[in-house]
Amino acid sequence: MSLRIVVCVKYVPDATGDRRFGEDFTTDRDGVDGLLSELDEYGVEQALRIAEASGDAEVTVVTVGPDDAKDALRKALSMGADKAVHVNDDDLHGTDALGTSLVLAKAVEQAGFDLVVCGMASTDGTMGVVPALLAERLGVPQVTLLSEVAVEGGVVTGRRDGDAATEYLQAQLPAVVSVTDQSGEARYPSFKGIMAAKKKPVQSLDLDDLGIEAEQVGLAGAWTAVDSAAARPARTQGTIVKDEGEGGKQLAAFLAAQKFI
Amino acid sequence: MAEILVLVDHADGVVRKPALELLTLARRLGTPVAVVLGAGDAAAGIAAKAGEYGAERVITADAAQFADFLVVPKVDALQQIAGSVNPAAVLVTSSGEGKEIAARLALRLGSGVITDAVDLASSEGGPVATQSVFAASFTVQSRVSHGTPVITVKPNATSPEAAPAAGAVESVAVEFSAAASGTKVTSRTPRVSSGRPELTEAAIVVSGGRGVGAADGFSVVEALADSLGAAVGASRAAVDAGWYPHSNQVGQTGKQVSPQLYIANGISGAIQHRAGMQTSKTIVVVNKDPEAPIFELADFGVVGDLFAVLPQLTDEINTRKG
Ligand SMILES: Cc1cc2nc3c(=O)[nH]c(=O)nc-3n(C[C@H](O)[C@H](O)[C@H](O)COP(=O)(O)OP(=O)(O)OC[C@H]3O[C@@H](n4cnc5c(N)ncnc54)[C@H](O)[C@@H]3O)c2cc1C
Ligand SMILES: Nc1ncnc2c1ncn2[C@@H]1O[C@H](COP(=O)(O)O)[C@@H](O)[C@H]1O
Repeated sequence: MSLRIVVCVKYVPDATGDRRFGEDFTTDRDGVDGLLSELDEYGVEQALRIAEASGDAEVTVVTVGPDDAKDALRKALSMGADKAVHVNDDDLHGTDALGTSLVLAKAVEQAGFDLVVCGMASTDGTMGVVPALLAERLGVPQVTLLSEVAVEGGVVTGRRDGDAATEYLQAQLPAVVSVTDQSGEARYPSFKGIMAAKKKPVQSLDLDDLGIEAEQVGLAGAWTAVDSAAARPARTQGTIVKDEGEGGKQLAAFLAAQKFI
Repeated sequence: MAEILVLVDHADGVVRKPALELLTLARRLGTPVAVVLGAGDAAAGIAAKAGEYGAERVITADAAQFADFLVVPKVDALQQIAGSVNPAAVLVTSSGEGKEIAARLALRLGSGVITDAVDLASSEGGPVATQSVFAASFTVQSRVSHGTPVITVKPNATSPEAAPAAGAVESVAVEFSAAASGTKVTSRTPRVSSGRPELTEAAIVVSGGRGVGAADGFSVVEALADSLGAAVGASRAAVDAGWYPHSNQVGQTGKQVSPQLYIANGISGAIQHRAGMQTSKTIVVVNKDPEAPIFELADFGVVGDLFAVLPQLTDEINTRKG
């Protein structure tokens, strides 16, 4: 039996661009350039390595996002994933993490899976909770925040570097995994990969296809509400001096004036 | 008054400072009820500490499951305790584990979840959380609109203030779900302490980046840090090069720090690095490139070679200290 790997990837606003909110305080996904979340490239990479090591695996990438999110799928396909699922529905606008995990759970179940691979966090929301929520909804073990991961004989193992300790984890498949940016650099799509990706299947699904009611997701179904969002005032640049041999002393004088020494 | 459940994070038998901050914040919202899981023999000491910081009740549960399996045993315990206490909110420290626990708990309670609050206030509609988003370029105020608010709070959101309370200890036995034993922790190596302050808790952080040039280069950064009693941070470039441990990385995929003073040395100021430090009160920069974007954040900057500037600064500090 071939190993069925599903990778969850998110299309996010470019962090080096001008990220902002829409009038309803949702992340503006139209007015800014987007891309496959860099942190999800690590998920795609690990999925591909696991697939290569197993010799008999199929990698499906899934995204929940607007029209442009198919760019993220294309990128993952050009890295080497086999097929893609794009969940797109106007009613998804404003969905929170709990809602996203519901949609992803249904999509992953419909695709069929032995292993779900996620990134450690999305670069826009940075919550890092969707993998745990997915595991909860799917009723399978979570093996998350891994800097190393391997699958062998139906068992997933990994290394988790926490605040207080490094832990080695182990669980039976099916399971949900998330990997950190310490797990190994993601490959660049090759020219051949980019050409091949154009022919790979991308299935489009809406909420109906997944049996989800509009009220369960979107702004209406969100269980959190943003009351206000304000740009943090830009920091004003202070004194900049050029070191002419006294730079360290000048710095010490500043720190003393600020009562740090 | 409404009870607020606080999950008390501990390591090596001691309460971690962020847990005391949570108890301090919880008092703004109601009466803190501390939850201490898997503390073994240390539970009594931890409970006493929670009482000193305002916990009216301390609910303890002990079982091998908390250490042997990942996340879910703690979710089971909190769900069970929330069922009997019926709290007005649940507060958890924002760590990788804390956020996962909070999210799964919220899903089970049918509640909304907010992560990474940097401040909490009480309002008629429940707790209002302040969050810092998009690499700290926006400040957002949000609420949970459904169910019992489950909120994770970042370290350093407030300073811990003692406020002695009853701290009445009750121990409970947790009935674990089948899922609790899903992910086995096969081994655990505690992180060895550097003897310096914790990065997220330190009042001063001194960081080094690619400009430090090599692992030994960090000795000048460490010497400066030690003269100030500071924690040492590193950019991802320095971590990826293997010069400093990942546990010291500052930024989007490392630690987010908000100290009184942040000194960035040989760091250019990429958005992902800023995400972890730009809410610092005072920022000082040493970089040899006057065009480095990090200077935009600097309250004081020196354009120069860190290997000349830092040792001079360290000497000067040590001399002034006498
Ligand atoms: C998804 C993602 C997540 C990321 N997460 C993080 C993160 O958490 N933290 C993080 O830091 N980065 C992160 N990055 C990487 C980030 O984009 C930058 O690549 C990184 O911060 C650069 O590190 P640096 O400033 O040390 O190196 P560089 O950008 O190479 O800058 C080095 C600086 O040192 C100066 N310099 C050189 N020699 C000297 C000298 N002798 N004296 C003084 N100055 C000198 C140079 O002028 C230069 O400005 C992430 C990137 C991505 C895509
Ligand atoms: N809209 C989405 N579509 C697909 N995957 C997602 C989506 N949102 C989150 N994920 C996955 O969940 C991980 C953690 O996201 P988050 O909890 O939002 O920080 C990401 O790295 C993705 O792998």
